[in-house]
Amino acid sequence: MSLLSIQNLSLSIHGKPILKGVSIDIEAGQVCGVIGESGSGKSMTAFSVVQLLPDGASSEGKVMLDGIDVLTAHESTLCDLRGRAVGIVFQEPMTALNPVKTIGDQVMETILIHERVSKAEAMDRAADALTRCELPPDRFPMTRYPHELSGGQRQRVVIAMAIALRPKLLIADEPTTALDVTTQAEILQLLKQLVTEDGMSMMFITHDLAVVTGLADKIVIMKDGEVVERGHAATLHTEMQQPYTKQLFAASTHQPERGQQSTPDPILKVENAVRTYLLPRQSFFGERPEFHAVNDVSFDIKRGECLGLVGESGCGKSTLTRAILGLEPLKSGRITLDGEPVSTSVAQRRMQVVFQDPYGSFNPRHKVERLIKEPFHRLDRQATEQEVDDALVSVGLQPSDKHKYPHEFSGGQRQRIAIARALIIRPDLIILDEAVSALDVSVRAQVLDLLVELSREFDLTYLFITHDLTVVRSIADRILVMQKGKIVEQGATEDVFGAPSSDYTRSLIAAAPQLPDMTKASTS
Amino acid sequence: MLYYAVKRLGSLCISLIIASLVIFTCIEIVPGDPASFMLGINAQPDTIAALREELGLNQSLTQRYFGWVGGLLTGDLGTSYTYRSPVSEIVADRIAISLPLAIYALSLTVLIAFPVGLIAASKRGSVTDVSVMGATQLGIAIPNFWFAMLMVLIFAINLRWFSAGGFPGWDAGFWVAMKALTLPAIALALPQASILSRVMRSSLLDTLSEDYVRTARAKGLTRRQVMWRHALRNALIPVLTIIGLQFSFLLAGAIIIENVFFLPGLGRLVFQAITQRDLIVVESVIMLLVFAVIVVNFLVDLAYAWVDPRLRVQS
Amino acid sequence: MTHDSFVQSLFRSRNLVIGVGMTAVFAIAALVSLIWTPYDVTQLAIANKMQTPSATHWFGTDHFGRDILSMLMVGAQTSIAVAFIAVGIGMGIGVPLGLTAAARRGGVLDEIIMRGNDLVFAFPSLVIAIMITALFGPSAVNAIIAIGIFNIPVFARLSRGAALPLWTRDFIMSARVAGKGAARISVEHILPNIFNLLIVQGTIQFSLGILAEAGLSYVGLGAQPPIPSWGRMLAESQTLISIAPHLALFPGCTILLTVLGLNLAGDGLRDLLDPRIRRTGR
Repeated sequence: MSLLSIQNLSLSIHGKPILKGVSIDIEAGQVCGVIGESGSGKSMTAFSVVQLLPDGASSEGKVMLDGIDVLTAHESTLCDLRGRAVGIVFQEPMTALNPVKTIGDQVMETILIHERVSKAEAMDRAADALTRCELPPDRFPMTRYPHELSGGQRQRVVIAMAIALRPKLLIADEPTTALDVTTQAEILQLLKQLVTEDGMSMMFITHDLAVVTGLADKIVIMKDGEVVERGHAATLHTEMQQPYTKQLFAASTHQPERGQQSTPDPILKVENAVRTYLLPRQSFFGERPEFHAVNDVSFDIKRGECLGLVGESGCGKSTLTRAILGLEPLKSGRITLDGEPVSTSVAQRRMQVVFQDPYGSFNPRHKVERLIKEPFHRLDRQATEQEVDDALVSVGLQPSDKHKYPHEFSGGQRQRIAIARALIIRPDLIILDEAVSALDVSVRAQVLDLLVELSREFDLTYLFITHDLTVVRSIADRILVMQKGKIVEQGATEDVFGAPSSDYTRSLIAAAPQLPDMTKASTS
Repeated sequence: MLYYAVKRLGSLCISLIIASLVIFTCIEIVPGDPASFMLGINAQPDTIAALREELGLNQSLTQRYFGWVGGLLTGDLGTSYTYRSPVSEIVADRIAISLPLAIYALSLTVLIAFPVGLIAASKRGSVTDVSVMGATQLGIAIPNFWFAMLMVLIFAINLRWFSAGGFPGWDAGFWVAMKALTLPAIALALPQASILSRVMRSSLLDTLSEDYVRTARAKGLTRRQVMWRHALRNALIPVLTIIGLQFSFLLAGAIIIENVFFLPGLGRLVFQAITQRDLIVVESVIMLLVFAVIVVNFLVDLAYAWVDPRLRVQS
Repeated sequence: MTHDSFVQSLFRSRNLVIGVGMTAVFAIAALVSLIWTPYDVTQLAIANKMQTPSATHWFGTDHFGRDILSMLMVGAQTSIAVAFIAVGIGMGIGVPLGLTAAARRGGVLDEIIMRGNDLVFAFPSLVIAIMITALFGPSAVNAIIAIGIFNIPVFARLSRGAALPLWTRDFIMSARVAGKGAARISVEHILPNIFNLLIVQGTIQFSLGILAEAGLSYVGLGAQPPIPSWGRMLAESQTLISIAPHLALFPGCTILLTVLGLNLAGDGLRDLLDPRIRRTGR
């Protein structure tokens, strides 16, 4: 009998159907990847297993976990299962830990509520669990508070809490999505190791096909609350049946057709740019320490090219973006657009920006028309009706959409509106700041196509800033790699990927999860 | 932690200095000549001159300010023109009533609000929750001095459980004195307890929807255990803010409530001083009240750091 | 959100309907009293003094024989005017201060504004009223100023607190890229997004203002005779409370119900406007 058997599970929340007849089996020791885009119901499936559902949820079907039907089980039985038989790792390490308790206390708690042991013994076992998660107490004292740890370290604490009692099943809900790529690789490695050591089963939920490659034994693909495809991880990409799965695979490796059109003359020149911040005073006396967010950075962007800027969080790429837009003063060095300093409005009116978050990019109280007209503030005239309509049409929307509010659009459509806003004053340079990072893979592929098409049509130059190596590889002509405020590598895309010169770039490329090569697999 | 405390202490001192400047300016500079203001329009020039001399008004403004502040620090608040006795003595007598009353009321507030908020939050949506929250709506809306009058009518005049007003003094015995402060303290505490219960409830509900509560549930804790071990301490942060604010409401409210119960506290003193235009007394009492509020807010800041480890390192 | 669903949810919010209804009754009473009251409140009729409620005098008469219902109606004018203007002062000064502080977050101006706020918070409204009265004598204007000053830091803190997270949002960055200055962004982008919060807080401060005004006029620091005010009616009834409890009952209930109505309306508004609770349309 399977360790976990979800049979024909349907779930609705406040009458709204979320899951429709989901069935998943996980054998003891097996790793099952559950993959789906946002809204596919993958997380709710996982939470159903431990019955940690939002208020107003009602389920039908059967969920057998270790011989117990959790849908009919009493709350006390469920409390006994949680933590002891099933451990759970959540997506957001920054908020998953109680900020006012030490990490030792929080790991110990799992042990103390399930077993009658002394506090000293619980502490020893908590130390063991933390050590297994590579946070040995001699280097990371158990008296630390969550805010004293980095995101990756916090996620290790969450994992230590989940595995402290060596549960039979570990549920991991997008455990690496909020982390940087190198940290992600470490956490994946850790999970893999723990699963093997304990012979634990794992249900690994993710939106990213590549992440589960090499980790999962079997894969389940979900869409709109239903399972659309299932199969063995090793063979799924060759044996997939459903059009949706094929589309998902295709979108994940999508390569927009770029036309090579860059010219040798630079449009933007960054010369020895330095930007520092004062840190809070550490003691009563002495200087306030300085933090070099951007440290002696120099590069050019050539007219018509797409330059990719890659780096992990905190590497200074956002500060650099703001400096290029003329919104942050430099401590030294200069940034010029066609010879004009970017702090001048002559230069600023030739640059636009598209941000990551399709929900935060717009004032929710303004209509689309007013939103996309905003860049005209710098120009001496108002936008004409025609210009608004043209901008919308060029990003694949309708002119009539200008009378709607942003919340009436989907995430992908909003990102199109953001692009329309950037396009409307016909800038020369558009900065794409993680512009596709928050989008589902299929939508992302469409937006990338659109960007390439627009660059050809309007003769645009892009600075494409991202943490995602796969995406940057598919769209950029040239790549800069940034680490701790410095550019550590630059060169043509294929050169950087083919023969990286710096260690950091090599570690980034090694850490990036890769899909199995489909062309090779299907011919073999 | 030490850095945090010293920094807070620094801002406490700055607040006190600015507050003293504001009060000094309002009371001693705005009315022009305080001496003629205090004596009224019919005063003789030589009486005014004598009072000017007595109050030290012939000194420069800076001398007067530092003289006053120096007096505050050494406990010498000058001599009251109307009472003809040292202000510090009068004030000390009155504080012996006002301060216990404020502390009594604050304790009642917390003792009522914590359990009520906890019960309402843990039984969210139940009949208990709805009726308790309805009652707090009434508690907030009721004017406390009117509530005090009604209590006098019921418990003093009709039932004769308490006396209708006045204060026997601490010499009459601790419990006798506390009994005289009971109705005033309840009148003060009821609206504040209602507010605090609501804050407690909503703060608990907010924390219960946090990610770390879900993490704790995933470890196998029951709803009850999560409430006590994880939600309560985090929920205290906004509750502390409100307690700090409430202290100033309690002080101000005490001024009014003392009038209902004829308690010879700071409030009664300040009203008598206003009618007699005794600016020296008004100035000192106001400084004292403001001092109390600022000190309580400093204590609340320290309590934050006790509750929230993140504050201990941040600047 | 379409117009229809807004109206529907408005009526679904029971608190709001009851609260607005109660508030409307008192507002209408105050308005009617401007042109008509059942009896003249300035006319003393000692012969009729301290009558219990009857068909001719619904709420009875006071110790000077004045009709209590008429006095309550006229008193509503004072209460509403004082509380309303005080909220106006608080919003008019506090919101610009808060928005400025948020626009200059972390800067010297922010620090000065917020320290100033803390300082004003250290002066309870009653203490401000006492200071003003000590200098200029008691009046309704003093009450307005005292409560108004107390409201300033409330709105300044609220608007700064609500504006700060908005300043980190991408749409603000877009506006900066479009070349808009801090003042323009505050008015165009920040203010509309914190408007709901301000309205809800305004309702709450309005009800607090009515309570504070009653308290001030109870201790004689508010409106002076012969202007009727709810607080002073209670003060005058206090010595007579054992003989004529109705003198204290009606003004007290009036204050209670007005404040309750405003608070219910505020709660209802918050439920209606707060996107964290109302997730439709997202």
